[in-house]
Amino acid sequence: MALTNRQRKKLYRSLMYGIVVVFAVVAVLFADWDSIRRNFFNTEIMLDMLPEVITVAARNTLIYTAGAFTFGFILAMFLALMRLSSIGPYRWFATAYIELFRGVPALITILLVAFGLPIAFGIRVPGGILGTGSVGLGIVAAAYMAETLRAGIEAVPLGQSEAARSLGMSGGKAMLFIILPQAFRIIIPPLTNELVLLLKDTSLLFVIGTTPLTKELTKFARDFMALSQNATPLTVAAIVYLMITLPLTFLVRRLEKKAGAGRRGATDRTTRKKRKTVEAGA
Amino acid sequence: MSTPVIEIRELHKYFGDLEVLKGIDFKVDEGEVVCVIGPSGSGKSTLLRCITRLEEPTSGTILIEGEDITDEDADVDALRTKIGMVFQQFNLFPHLNVLRNLTIAQRRVLKRSKEDAQAIAREVLERVGLSDKIDEFPSRLSGGQQQRVAIARALSMKPDMMLFDEPTSALDPELIGEVLDVMRGLVDDGMTMMVVTHEMGFAQEVADRVVFMDEGIVMEEGPPAQVLLDPKTDRARRFLRMVSEK
Repeated sequence: MALTNRQRKKLYRSLMYGIVVVFAVVAVLFADWDSIRRNFFNTEIMLDMLPEVITVAARNTLIYTAGAFTFGFILAMFLALMRLSSIGPYRWFATAYIELFRGVPALITILLVAFGLPIAFGIRVPGGILGTGSVGLGIVAAAYMAETLRAGIEAVPLGQSEAARSLGMSGGKAMLFIILPQAFRIIIPPLTNELVLLLKDTSLLFVIGTTPLTKELTKFARDFMALSQNATPLTVAAIVYLMITLPLTFLVRRLEKKAGAGRRGATDRTTRKKRKTVEAGA
Repeated sequence: MSTPVIEIRELHKYFGDLEVLKGIDFKVDEGEVVCVIGPSGSGKSTLLRCITRLEEPTSGTILIEGEDITDEDADVDALRTKIGMVFQQFNLFPHLNVLRNLTIAQRRVLKRSKEDAQAIAREVLERVGLSDKIDEFPSRLSGGQQQRVAIARALSMKPDMMLFDEPTSALDPELIGEVLDVMRGLVDDGMTMMVVTHEMGFAQEVADRVVFMDEGIVMEEGPPAQVLLDPKTDRARRFLRMVSEK
């Protein structure tokens, strides 16, 4: 007897659950739980890492992130406006900058700022690791954020700037008071994603050479791992990263949902009317 | 005779190779209400948008109260404060509430004090009958209410003239009346107005002069009774018949 559609679906679902159960049983029976516990979740080592993992390492990670984000965002602002400028050379420069620093590994840029500039020109970015790191990472982040910003500015309907200009606002005033505030709302979710990426990229700053007081999370965990001959510090670092990034990504999801609802509400009348006629016709 | 509020001479506008305006000569006197009608694609909206230089005229002269807005040295931003513009799509600022929509340009462009700007905002909002919506955001208003706020926003600059670019075309039929009522109020107050519209009844009722445009030229102009009821050209007759059949 052939199976009905419904029976077939049921069978398929049972099979999928079965696979999950098999994997779980195998994992429980054959994994070396004691070794995993000792090497990844060693409470003694966890306690040893406190409080420095928070007061020094996580703190430094946040400080570097803030520094790079601030520098990068300001730079990105200029780049985005240049990219949209009516003056050719500005546009070309911004495009070249964005393509260059998005196409090159962040590590290269950081090394360039930290060692290339001092070797070649004797230029040293002031502010120690924070300064060098913020500039190095910020240069890269600016390339990404500039594109996000440009997309945000372009997403604001042309009618907005026409209305602003019709009220006598100059191009700059229209940008500042009408376009940018709306663009920022649009880009908060993608910008938060870039903040998360930036936060993780601060782990690259170890190449600049950190001291015990300027270590960020990853470097701190690595050194602790070498010292204790145990992988637990990596677990701890991962947990601390997640404690910072997860709330941010949740926030992004909520903002995106809200923005979606807002934009649906703001559908212009013509499209809504069109939809009504379509519904009436159906 | 006093200078016309708007005077257009030999206005041409190309979009690429397409000639949208083929030499427009045109005047609007103080206190005059001019309705511009014509089929879509006839250049009505482009004409209106050229007057405030939202579109760059290809050639020709546009004088606003005697000042050439097409001149390179013209202070276009200052001239625009004298011209209230109302768009088909309202174009209210969605991130600002009604009050701030009405005060932002007063404050940032005309440098009025906060108190003055808010007093004027309240006054014009009362004129469009929306005093109770002062704290609302545009997304919470109906289309008709949004357009009335847009009119109030333009009025808050105390312009010498108002341009309307198909102000009721994006509205559901039941919301058109409230916007036309507000516009009638402006006519009664003696505002100089230029209205691109498909509302023939409104044009007939309030216009001092009706201009029929087709294919980038002014085909016919005169008092509404003449242009709307007894048009001289075939094109105008055909257009009016089609509109009335709708």
